[in-house]
Amino acid sequence: MIETRGLRKSFTSRQGREKKKVEAVRGVDLDVAEGEIFGFLGPNGAGKTTTLRMLATLIEPDGGSATIAGADLLKDPGEVRRRIGYVAQGGSTWDDSTAREELVLQARLYGIGKAAAHKRAQAVLDGFQLSEYADRKCKTYSGGQRRRVDIALGIIHEPKVVFLDEPTTGLDPQSRAHMWEEVRRLRAEGMTVFITTHYLDEADALCDRISIMDNGAIVASGTPAELKREISGDVVRVGLAMDAVAPAASALSAYKIETYDDSVRLYVEDGAVAIPQILRALDAAGVPLGTIELHRPSLDDVFLTKTGRSLRES
Amino acid sequence: MKLLRDTSLIFQRQAKLLLQNPVWILVGVFQPVMYLLLFAPLLKPALQVQTNAEAYEIFVPGLLVLLAIFGGLFQGFGLIAELRAGVIERSRVTPVSRLALLLGRSLRDVVSLIAQAVIITLLALLFDLRVFLGNLLLAYLMLALISLMTSALSYGIALLVKSEDALAPLMNTVAQPVLLLSGILLPLTHAPGWLQGVANWNPFSWAVNGTRALFRGDLGAPEVWQGLLIMAVLAVAAVLWAAREFARSVR
Repeated sequence: MIETRGLRKSFTSRQGREKKKVEAVRGVDLDVAEGEIFGFLGPNGAGKTTTLRMLATLIEPDGGSATIAGADLLKDPGEVRRRIGYVAQGGSTWDDSTAREELVLQARLYGIGKAAAHKRAQAVLDGFQLSEYADRKCKTYSGGQRRRVDIALGIIHEPKVVFLDEPTTGLDPQSRAHMWEEVRRLRAEGMTVFITTHYLDEADALCDRISIMDNGAIVASGTPAELKREISGDVVRVGLAMDAVAPAASALSAYKIETYDDSVRLYVEDGAVAIPQILRALDAAGVPLGTIELHRPSLDDVFLTKTGRSLRES
Repeated sequence: MKLLRDTSLIFQRQAKLLLQNPVWILVGVFQPVMYLLLFAPLLKPALQVQTNAEAYEIFVPGLLVLLAIFGGLFQGFGLIAELRAGVIERSRVTPVSRLALLLGRSLRDVVSLIAQAVIITLLALLFDLRVFLGNLLLAYLMLALISLMTSALSYGIALLVKSEDALAPLMNTVAQPVLLLSGILLPLTHAPGWLQGVANWNPFSWAVNGTRALFRGDLGAPEVWQGLLIMAVLAVAAVLWAAREFARSVR
């Protein structure tokens, strides 16, 4: 449904008198199958949004190729526009318009006739449980309601693919769960959903496949389970006092280790076997232990091994 | 025709939002009426004319051109608010004509300017202004072209600078010399030669002269077709340029 090869984009940023060329996206290959919920992960500044905006025809790629829903992005962006929906991160509704007005206008901008546009608007209002507020001004809506209107606007023309840029950022947990349901419903209606997110638990729970982007390039792709399996074994996290991190790291240098301000993370074959050994090693080195916990690798660990940093810090 | 359909969709939305908030009519008419009441009486002696009617014949067209220029130049602020709300981006992912995104908005501005101009003309009739209907309609055409140009220009610049903080000083800097060098408030007939020479390079000065000729009833004056032609060419250029900004604007 989406296939890109070597998609590139660079910007010139000006710092004082010097012009600097920034390669925001340096050759992205993506393959998204029909009917998938595809997650696109990466820290801020990784090039996620630039990639998304290229795929949504909002900015022109410098090079590479892409086919979206059967239309060529570079040769026929007009056709791509007809076949996709795009929901931006920052919202898209006007304070003084009502949800119904916005939906009817959006449908008509896609070339749908007046009567049909009203019908479609009513259908999506029902689908997104917005009928009750449909004729109130958008400025009276809650954050979650407004976000649902944004998504309704993005799919009013029944696109084959819909791009959602961080649809749950800034929502409370209940609205987030609600949004996940909406995303699954879109897929059930036959849409392919391309979603960017900051939340690894979201990617894990919601997405069929994910790609991780860092520094303008894809560093890993696969199903969440596959990616986690790539990191063999378990993760042991040892909580320590701040000044104990360095001695602990040297005592445990035999393991694959990541150090943090107040802890170290060890990647081991088998946690149950490793934990007593770790305890003994720390004891022998005289390092006072805070806490110790064992867990299966999470997407955060995948992220850490692929990009060298945690998504939370970035 | 797709362009017509898209333009009317955008126009209808913008007009509806404007009418929801009719305060603009009051604000838009209040200031010019103040000029009519408080400034125009000074003109009879200053312009050395015999009657009030003659003074208004000179002053009202200038006032209308002034409204068209300023009304248009400050429309960009509304667009920046729309950019921030994401409305423009939402339009740009649809197959809607980019030219229509601009024209729908600019035509809304033209219509509201003409509405303002009609009210002011009617009020000026109370002060003994007399003008032939045909000439008046041509003068309104001139005003429409001016406002189409300045509003398109303002939208294009708004898409480039994307912030009110940059737009406000920019527009003021442009508007002030344009205003002073066009003989809008007082005709430049008594101006020193060098000032008239500079004003000849100001397209709005031609527009003002043309509009004044129309109010005078001098339909055959060369200023009329010259002013209309210059404004038409500049309006088309401004519209095409601003529509291109709608097509390629990056956030």
